[in-house]
Amino acid sequence: MSTLIENWIGQIADAAKSGRMLAIRGGGSKAFYGGPEQGERLDVRGHRGIVAYEPTELVVTARAGTPLVELAAALAEKGQWLAFEPPHFGPSATVGGMLASGLSGPRRQAVGALRDFVLGARLLSGAGEELSFGGQVMKNVAGYDVPRLLAGSLGTLGVVLEVSLKVLPLPVAEKSVRFAVDEAAALGRLNQWGGRPVPISASAWHDGVLTLRLSGATAAVQAAQRTLAGDDLADADATAFWQSLREQTHAFFAGDAPLWRLSLPSVAPPMALGPTLIEWGGAQRWLRTGDAGAIRAAAVKAGGHATLFRGDDALKAAAGVFQPLTAPLARIHRNLKHAFDPQGVFNRGRMYPEL
Amino acid sequence: MSMETTVAERRFTFDRQALTARLRELLPEHALLAEEEDMRPYDCDGLTAYRQLPLLVALPEDEAQTQAILRVCHELRAPVVPRGAATGLSGGATPHSDGVLVSLAKLKKIISVDPLARTAVVQPGVRNLSVSEAAAPYGLYYAPDPSSQIACTIGGNVAENAGGVHCLKYGLTVHNVLRVRGLTIEGDVVEFGNAALDAPGYDLLALLNGSEGLLAMITEVTVKLTPKPELAQVVIASFADVRRAGDAVASIIAAGIIPAGLEMMDKKAIHAVEPYVNAGYDMDAEAILLCESDGTPEEVAEEIGRMTAVLEASGAAGIRVSQNEAERLKFWAGRKAAFPAVGRITPDYLCMDGTIPRKRLAEMLDAINTLSEKYALRCANVFHAGDGNLHPLIMYDANQPGELERAAAFGAAILQLSVRLGGTITGEHGVGIEKIDVMAEQFTLAEIAAFHRLKKSFDEHGLLNPGKGVPTLARCREYTQARTGGAAISPRF
Repeated sequence: MSTLIENWIGQIADAAKSGRMLAIRGGGSKAFYGGPEQGERLDVRGHRGIVAYEPTELVVTARAGTPLVELAAALAEKGQWLAFEPPHFGPSATVGGMLASGLSGPRRQAVGALRDFVLGARLLSGAGEELSFGGQVMKNVAGYDVPRLLAGSLGTLGVVLEVSLKVLPLPVAEKSVRFAVDEAAALGRLNQWGGRPVPISASAWHDGVLTLRLSGATAAVQAAQRTLAGDDLADADATAFWQSLREQTHAFFAGDAPLWRLSLPSVAPPMALGPTLIEWGGAQRWLRTGDAGAIRAAAVKAGGHATLFRGDDALKAAAGVFQPLTAPLARIHRNLKHAFDPQGVFNRGRMYPEL
Repeated sequence: MSMETTVAERRFTFDRQALTARLRELLPEHALLAEEEDMRPYDCDGLTAYRQLPLLVALPEDEAQTQAILRVCHELRAPVVPRGAATGLSGGATPHSDGVLVSLAKLKKIISVDPLARTAVVQPGVRNLSVSEAAAPYGLYYAPDPSSQIACTIGGNVAENAGGVHCLKYGLTVHNVLRVRGLTIEGDVVEFGNAALDAPGYDLLALLNGSEGLLAMITEVTVKLTPKPELAQVVIASFADVRRAGDAVASIIAAGIIPAGLEMMDKKAIHAVEPYVNAGYDMDAEAILLCESDGTPEEVAEEIGRMTAVLEASGAAGIRVSQNEAERLKFWAGRKAAFPAVGRITPDYLCMDGTIPRKRLAEMLDAINTLSEKYALRCANVFHAGDGNLHPLIMYDANQPGELERAAAFGAAILQLSVRLGGTITGEHGVGIEKIDVMAEQFTLAEIAAFHRLKKSFDEHGLLNPGKGVPTLARCREYTQARTGGAAISPRF
């Protein structure tokens, strides 16, 4: 065991004994996401590097502190990548932070979310035990699926040391097309196309313009381009556009107004809650303003939930970052937190105040 | 199967008469079985070597009845074992002698199919294949296709995180389920996931998949439907040498191809299947690969070309491409019938389910051949080669003294090797009771203890499917001591 991990185990034991809290942190690129950080920092950046990568196995294992840019570069060298296009939100982003935040980018609608690509994880529990779950193979049902449970758990269950992820080959061809269309019509078309074998790998609607990205074999992309008959977008512009959605550098995301993320059934009608940017074929919708109560109620009524993705601490405290849980689910959450972190040492309040 | 093995069980002490009386009040007469002759058909699942009569069999007709059963069992502290179609191969639905076996077979309604949203809401007792049949008029289907898909149910698929022959490209059950509605052991209704792509809080939906009925009772599932590809074609490549077939698998992936299906069968499996199904397999081959491409006609033409080139370069002795849908289905029929075909040439067989890194396939096959000689038992091999999931079928005769024990030892050796080669003891069939001891090969005592704490987060008194999935710590220690001759501890302990 490395000295670094031994030190962390000591730090965890001290914190547990004295009732202090630890704030697990990588590059801090997603510190804005979730409740405010509390307690003493546990910086994972020193634990970095790719542990194993064999392109023919379609699996990479990397330490939590590995910069995401470093991982992406190693995969790109072999013509592969993390197909769920995780947002970095800054050059300092790490593998551990990516797993903890559980966020996926524009391609999520076509290939699945981060959690769908998680195969294994090694972590330190709140009792300072080093535990390993899952593995480095595609199919594995031995034991409960703790690795996927860690995806999006915001560091509340343990210090993730290492993650194994499924990787995929880069698409052979890509082309983006645009249509001038209103919100309701865009949602209608997205859902109709979703039921047909059209190779759509990303979609976005904002301000009367629907943009689609097609990915796959060259012939398939060309055939879909002909069928859909939209306006072609120049490749460089398309790359920049999808990148601006993935990293939230698009003008829609500028400014200090709160940012709400609505996760809805793709068929949910327009929410009419203010200026909207739609992704994932209608399943992810962004709002810049609005009343927290009204947004949450509308999301639930539509069959989904709403997250206060970006906002100041006062609003987060008042509205809560994540949709409240039903009583039986809240009980299971508290029990799970206790199972992995009995003294409540890790990232307290990042997800829900009581976790 | 003539031999009957009973299971070592944790004992539960409660008022049995009170349980029976209370359930009689709650359920229609035909929904509760207590006589041995009525319960006999429920004494095992697909792991037929293990049989056990439950105390009672309950057959609820809706969620409310299921809830009522759980409330009573929880109050009296009686164990509960959920059961779907009982096609599982690891004993996940083997009854508990102190408990109520709750069959969800009567919850078999397809509640809705939404072609625009591409989802279906179904009860747990709906068969896997009937979801695809209901979706077919809309050009949609449910992607996970375990070989038992004619019989197995969605509830069981979720409980086991079932795979199939197309999961390299289309994912496992966990990737194709949006929402599970269930009941806690207390009888509280819980919704894991929702109609959107994700839910707030921990990803409990992911945790439910593959939890083998230990965390909650499933009463409703929302599945994702996938557009049917316009075209699918399969390539069959024969190889004169198993190692070359294994290397060809790696070469296909290295070429940037993700086949819709990538399966391998060895000579013994081919020889079991071909006379039974007449799939047209090459009887002279040491191994065959089935490699499928699907998508638009343009895409398939391009991909089949690339696959064929890689297979030729990898030394395939013969290559055939399906020329129409009937031929494609015929080529697959052999693979899908592999288990029953082997069942025809042997009185009994054990099906193993380890997963290993693809590059170790040839090494594993060599080891299996050696073990086959050592234990003097035949073994046919079918693999989900694309994802390294092996199904060695160990043939034995339970009527011959000692053969079941030899078969079990042979199987355990394969699983131990799977872990040593960097893999897992089970890729898709689950741990159940079958592999419960071997869990100690893969996990440390601290990890096993964490699993128990996780289970307790859902089920404080350990009433849901006790004795499955995760061994007790005492059992782990015993296993490890027996393995190492009582001396040193195993490498991971």
